[in-house]
Amino acid sequence: MSETPLLQVEDLRVSYQGRVGPVPAVRGISFTLGRERLGIVGESGSGKSTIGRAILGLLPNNATVTARQLRLHDVDLLHASKRALRDIRGRRISMVLQDPKFSLNPVMTVGRQIAESYRVHRSASATEARRKTLEMLDAVRIDNPERVYDLYPHEVSGGMGQRVMIAMMLIPEPELLIADEPTSALDVTVQAQLLVLINELIARRGMGLILISHNLNLVASFCDRVVVMYAGRVMETCKAAELDRAQHPYTKGLLACRPLIDRAQPELPQLARDPSWLDGPVAA
Amino acid sequence: MTAAVEDRQSLRQWLLTDAPLGRTQARLGRFYSNWLALRRNPLAMAGVAIVVGLLLLAAIGPSLFSASPYAQILTDRLEAPSGEHWFGTDQLGRDIFIRVVYGSRITLMLIALVSVIVVPVGLLVGTVAGYFGGLLDILLMRVTDLFLALPRLVLALAIASALGPSIQNVIIAIAITSWPPYARLARAETLTTRKSDYVMAAKMQGASHAHIIWNHIVPLCLPSIIVRLTLDMAGIVLIAAGLGFLGMGAQPPSPEWGAMVSTGRDYILDQFWVATLPGAAIFVVSLGFNLLGDGLRDVFDPKAAGHKA
Amino acid sequence: MGRWRPDAVIEIADVTISFGSGAHRIDAVRGVSFKVAQGEAFGLVGESGCGKSTLLRAIAGLQDTAGGTIALAGHSVGARRTRAERRLVQMVFQDPYGSLNPTHTVDRILAEPLAIQGLDNVDQRIEQALGEVGMGSQHRFRYPHQISGGQRQRIAIARALIMEPKILLLDEPTSALDLSVQAEILNLLKRVGRNRGLTMLMVSHDLPVIAHMCSRIAVMKRGEIVETLPVDRLRRGEADHAYTRELLASSLETTMAQAN
Repeated sequence: MSETPLLQVEDLRVSYQGRVGPVPAVRGISFTLGRERLGIVGESGSGKSTIGRAILGLLPNNATVTARQLRLHDVDLLHASKRALRDIRGRRISMVLQDPKFSLNPVMTVGRQIAESYRVHRSASATEARRKTLEMLDAVRIDNPERVYDLYPHEVSGGMGQRVMIAMMLIPEPELLIADEPTSALDVTVQAQLLVLINELIARRGMGLILISHNLNLVASFCDRVVVMYAGRVMETCKAAELDRAQHPYTKGLLACRPLIDRAQPELPQLARDPSWLDGPVAA
Repeated sequence: MTAAVEDRQSLRQWLLTDAPLGRTQARLGRFYSNWLALRRNPLAMAGVAIVVGLLLLAAIGPSLFSASPYAQILTDRLEAPSGEHWFGTDQLGRDIFIRVVYGSRITLMLIALVSVIVVPVGLLVGTVAGYFGGLLDILLMRVTDLFLALPRLVLALAIASALGPSIQNVIIAIAITSWPPYARLARAETLTTRKSDYVMAAKMQGASHAHIIWNHIVPLCLPSIIVRLTLDMAGIVLIAAGLGFLGMGAQPPSPEWGAMVSTGRDYILDQFWVATLPGAAIFVVSLGFNLLGDGLRDVFDPKAAGHKA
Repeated sequence: MGRWRPDAVIEIADVTISFGSGAHRIDAVRGVSFKVAQGEAFGLVGESGCGKSTLLRAIAGLQDTAGGTIALAGHSVGARRTRAERRLVQMVFQDPYGSLNPTHTVDRILAEPLAIQGLDNVDQRIEQALGEVGMGSQHRFRYPHQISGGQRQRIAIARALIMEPKILLLDEPTSALDLSVQAEILNLLKRVGRNRGLTMLMVSHDLPVIAHMCSRIAVMKRGEIVETLPVDRLRRGEADHAYTRELLASSLETTMAQAN
């Protein structure tokens, strides 16, 4: 970890304007991120997906975002102008989403999309962009980049589509990558390969990574640190390697209700939700 | 006073309860929450007001005013709007306001009859084509294309010359040329719906095709069909008015709005109210349906219906 | 794998399923055979495109086969089924948000199969079905959008069981659910399977879930079964086929278990 944290989040709160009143999605979370892999894990309704978008300022108009601090190094993300945010997106912070079917433009070839991503952030000629794109496609371990350059998104498999997404998001060389359920739509074997690739790329470039997922196993085995969220609050933050020694009853409950492959259990332990968890973490 | 407020509160609670005790309560509750969603949209409410206004006018309007729409007072012809004749009089001395009021019944009848023909036919053709696919689909869709190709005005003229001009024939002409888009809409919805898991579940229970189409496919088609119908009504009113204008529709002395605009044409420069005020009625009704249709579309939007985003 | 099972409730013999014809033909399932005994829970595991879901749909009577036979409770069935044959086998689908008609109340969803099959005592059966899956009568007249994902899946299970089938097919029933909800639903499935003596056939890509639910597991790849093994061998990692070993390795659960 470097001295100045890459990302500093303090008391982030997000609420949506619903039909009958404000609906809180994130209720005061704080964490810092260095050049490491941070996993944010939680179930549906925990607010984890909102965080990535809040950092990038990509929430819809009916969302209100407040925080004591939300900064990338020296840049105040909370109060940045729309223009400043546009410059940051892609150039300094990038995001990879779940399903390449929905995040890639279906009427443009994948090569062109990646090249465009490059040219938006750096003024480069078309030839230069193409060269860089082919380099990037190679870096994400796609065989035959020349051929894949001219393919359309519907012509590539899920795994390859995600590699294209990663290429597109990393080509401007950001400092931070946010991955929101990047492997949920993929097969298990492809998942493993993709994670190894992401790991390699961010390690080589000295980037920070925020991995948002509902999959506890994935986050635990892949990240350095884990943030466990429930109902918009952080229940626990710990090192991934120490997850099995988690303190908070929610984390412990979640870990316990996983079916294990090496052990037969007649019945899976069920998570009993304690209403007091809504008020915040148990002092560790 | 407070008892009435309390009653209304408890009725509201009963409707919005999250544990309904019966089918009717559940259905009414759903209808009520859709209504609440519509109420939030001021333009939609304006549309509702206009449509309700039209209904009321057609229902009780004629009985509220004792004057006759056919009474010709030739000494009062082409009088400007005044306290006595709110919309003025036309070239035969008939009160235009009364004629507009009586004409609303014709407009309403027009809309109702066209809807009653167009929706079932469109649904039947569209769902059957979409559900069964294959040759039946191709056949039905080509028939639909055939009807889609018929130009309304030309067809109406043809029908009028064959059967004689009347409001009934206008209805027939409009219905024949209006149903194809509904068939296409129903077919498009059916193509998506027939692959859903709940249809698969019904098949696994041994449901017949008819059962599946009626219980699972038609209810899913209805929202878009209703929206389309409401937006179409504006068009139907205008087309009927156009046909009436051409003399195809209701014949004089019938107070059909389009025909009134047509006969008022000759006086448009000096006695503009004869053509303009019935025209304004057509405009307002069309606008009302448009606004209502837009509002309903927003209410039926799946994202607003509580699907997981 | 070739053991004779005298009381096999599901018998799949050399089943082939293909889509398209000529040059564009895709063989989704190629010559698959296996038997499932009465009361057994059998798992089909594999990655997307391996044909497991297609095979399941064929057993469910939703998909035609190009070759081979499917026999349920002793007699051969095709894609067109009689009402009695339909009652024999029911399915719980993957997506809780797509398996219930959004315009029907829970009551109507549960009453429908009873009406189609001509069963009586509708009210009683519905109340009983709700109770069996752990839902109270306050849910009876709700619409699907008013209940959670886990609750929808419970209703889907109730709907499947209300006709008293002998065979329950499960198509990734918990992959769209949160971890804690998954545990509840898996427990529920095990419980009802035991109480009713159901024969279960479960399809999943998730090895720990399949291992939890099933006693025998067949691994499919590209339309074929590459290996069938009992669950304890799977748990010990004693797989014969390389692909099975690859799946085991990729299942991150094992990497975490090994790390600890």
